[in-house]
Amino acid sequence: MIEDTLEMAESPRPDTVKLNRRSFVQLLGTGLLITVTEGVTLGQGRRGGGGRSIAVAARIHINKDGTISVMTGKVEEGQGPRAQLSQAAAEELRVGVDRIRLIMSDTGLVPDDGITAGSRTTPSTVPAVRQGAATARKLLTDLAAKRWKVDPSTLTVSDGSIRNKAIDKTITYADLANSADVEEAFTQSVSSDIALTPVDEWKTMGTSVPRPNSRDIVTGAHKYPSDIVRPNMLYGKILRAPSYGATLESIDLSRAQAMKDVLVVRDGQFVGCAAPSAHTARLALEAVAATASWKTVPQVSSREVHAHLKRNSRGGRPRTKGSVEKAMSDSKKVLSETYEVAYVQHTPMEPRAAVAEWEDGKLTVWTGVDGPQRNQQSLASALGVPSDRVRVIVPDMGGGFGGKHTGEAAEEAARLARAFGRPVAVHWTRAEEFTWAYCRPAAVIECKGGLDAKGSIVAWDFASINPGGSAIDTPYSIPNTSILSAGSDSPLRQGSYRCLGATANNFAREAFMDELAAAAGADPLAFRLAHLENTRIRNVLEAVAKHFDWPRRRRQTTTDVGVGLACGTEKNSVVAACVQVRIDRRRARIKVEHVCEAFECGPIQNPANLLSQVQGCITMGLGPALHEQLQFADGKILNASFAGYLVPRFKDLPTLDIHLMNRTDIPSAGGGETPIIAIAPAIANAVFAATGKRVRSMPMEDALRRVV
Amino acid sequence: MDARITLIVNGQKTTVVTDPERPLLEVLREDLGVTGPKYGCGEGRCGACTVLMDGQRALSCSTPVGSANDKEITTIEGLADGDRLHPVQQAFLDEGAIQCGYCTPGMILSAVALLEENPRPTDEQIVEWMNGNICRCNGYEKILNAVRRAASQVKEVKRS
Repeated sequence: MIEDTLEMAESPRPDTVKLNRRSFVQLLGTGLLITVTEGVTLGQGRRGGGGRSIAVAARIHINKDGTISVMTGKVEEGQGPRAQLSQAAAEELRVGVDRIRLIMSDTGLVPDDGITAGSRTTPSTVPAVRQGAATARKLLTDLAAKRWKVDPSTLTVSDGSIRNKAIDKTITYADLANSADVEEAFTQSVSSDIALTPVDEWKTMGTSVPRPNSRDIVTGAHKYPSDIVRPNMLYGKILRAPSYGATLESIDLSRAQAMKDVLVVRDGQFVGCAAPSAHTARLALEAVAATASWKTVPQVSSREVHAHLKRNSRGGRPRTKGSVEKAMSDSKKVLSETYEVAYVQHTPMEPRAAVAEWEDGKLTVWTGVDGPQRNQQSLASALGVPSDRVRVIVPDMGGGFGGKHTGEAAEEAARLARAFGRPVAVHWTRAEEFTWAYCRPAAVIECKGGLDAKGSIVAWDFASINPGGSAIDTPYSIPNTSILSAGSDSPLRQGSYRCLGATANNFAREAFMDELAAAAGADPLAFRLAHLENTRIRNVLEAVAKHFDWPRRRRQTTTDVGVGLACGTEKNSVVAACVQVRIDRRRARIKVEHVCEAFECGPIQNPANLLSQVQGCITMGLGPALHEQLQFADGKILNASFAGYLVPRFKDLPTLDIHLMNRTDIPSAGGGETPIIAIAPAIANAVFAATGKRVRSMPMEDALRRVV
Repeated sequence: MDARITLIVNGQKTTVVTDPERPLLEVLREDLGVTGPKYGCGEGRCGACTVLMDGQRALSCSTPVGSANDKEITTIEGLADGDRLHPVQQAFLDEGAIQCGYCTPGMILSAVALLEENPRPTDEQIVEWMNGNICRCNGYEKILNAVRRAASQVKEVKRS
């Protein structure tokens, strides 16, 4: 079962939201009154801007005090949209970024910008916000021109003021915010073809604006989903099955019912307790869990999972070019290898959390999910209420990495809150997050390549089972190719993870490219360049090789220290990395000492934030590359804690040498995912350079243990 | 059996009557509304729940509240001096050492405890000390820079 492999991001379901004028203004503060025509569609529409447009008022609200509220359905989870979208609005409104108040991810207030995933904020939501802001600026300028009875083109706008040079007068946005004609004007649709500020004129975009609520983070004032408290709130705990697929046959609730201040409910397979403290709720749940009897079913274990995935490979037809079969048989050398990737968890620092509150048949939830509107729909359908009776609010949350598309905690909290008639918080434990959140798919990838007498690749056969089709196409110029993305029967619940299947597919492809280079007797860099026409990838690859001093470091390879490189492209951005590793053969340890990475995603909108994203991708990528894997047997996760599941820590941090390449002649792409895809294969190739042994499965320290 | 426990949280003396086995973290968050310390793992392996107890670093998720009786607890909320941030908080802002920020309170308090004990840490000492704190955004590079920056400022303050 592939849940959600994507994506999602590009096809938001535009909602029809009727904004209640009074409540809206109450929430946004005084100033320009918002009147949105009933039934006006909120949302940025589909990718490419060809979709339905929204009223300016649904995106932009001019406040009396000169600040400007900007509404977006995107979610802040550390990847930086709060700064980036504030910059986008400020740029087009011609105001300082400190004037922008970004209102995010509240289905009661904001348009549907699609789920926060797939690196879509930069290419989709930034343009949508810019169009909204530019349209607002134009409407405000037109109104000023009308007042002064002049042509709008004679007016200039800066710092939120519209200036009429001819008569030496200015009027501010805040002045205009009081007028009824602005209210009327903002019911107009956002123009999708309005001119946006060219890159070389950016003042706010392109600069390192810090996250606007940083101070609240360092003082502890910010309230994450798990920090939300409502009056009279209880803490809830949910009964979990002892293993995947187990069904509850019987349970005795009386022990919990007898406990002071405890409420307990059973609805079929759903059993939950709530109490004024999490501690009491936990004790109550333990008491009833001890009485439960379960029917279990056999489950595949992690030891046999790759054989299982391969045996159950299904669906998908290879996409072919030329004739792979003939080219293979004509090849001078043919290589064939299989690569494997283990299941891993996202383990965001904040596990799933929600508070649910019912009032007059209406549900409000505060929770940490990537798609507030999507979660609103799924909650409505799970709870059997119309979606306009569900409001989902996502406070800036504690990480996601593709792992919070689903809203389990919100649904559980809503069920308990409905049963008990009081607000209920459900906070997943780390063990629950490891066990019951969906994980990144494991993969089996079979590669076959044929070289001609000159050492060029003439045939390429790539069959990828289970990880999904991201970055499955080879960027190299090869005349005969066959490329297959197949599904399988996943024993674990699986879904999106930072850059999806691109990490698995790029691992196999770039490691196999290294094997082909070795078979051809070629340098890995020269071999890639000889097959690479894509100038963007060439640029990052050549840049990284130069910064790393690839030829020198490669010559200095020893049996303990090796270097490797890899490159790739996904989500319209390009990456290349060189790494140096040190091998501890006795302990089968791989220490990544140095990573040099070049990344290009078009015009850089916020350099400091992009650097954080690239640093984060590289370091996060070390985990699944070296150590991380979910171990499971009999339907149980055997290492559902940070004790048994090793994520990167300070001691794992290599020297990072990162080069962000600013390319201004193409549109900006997102940068929070693709920088992860080069790290694992570069490590595998460096391990080979040092040891002469190929490690063909992630995590690689396990694989190394088997070969040294 | 419930017990009467006195805590001095960010300078304020407060008494709770509760099961002394409850984690200090939950008492701070649920009973006292002090939500700066975060739940990350519940077994002291991630540092998100870090507080200072009588000036020493403590993992509040695995500290029974009974053992905190009469102790001075400092959480992230109690670190600034009015509007003036603690140098470590300021260093995190100056270095932009924040992604999702959920680990940040624990990171900052760990760094504060380090600099109290060792105002001139080497890089190796910083890494060794901070290794118990996990950042899943993997913002370790900027966090290290922030701790280095704070250390250099603390040194200056101590000299002057």
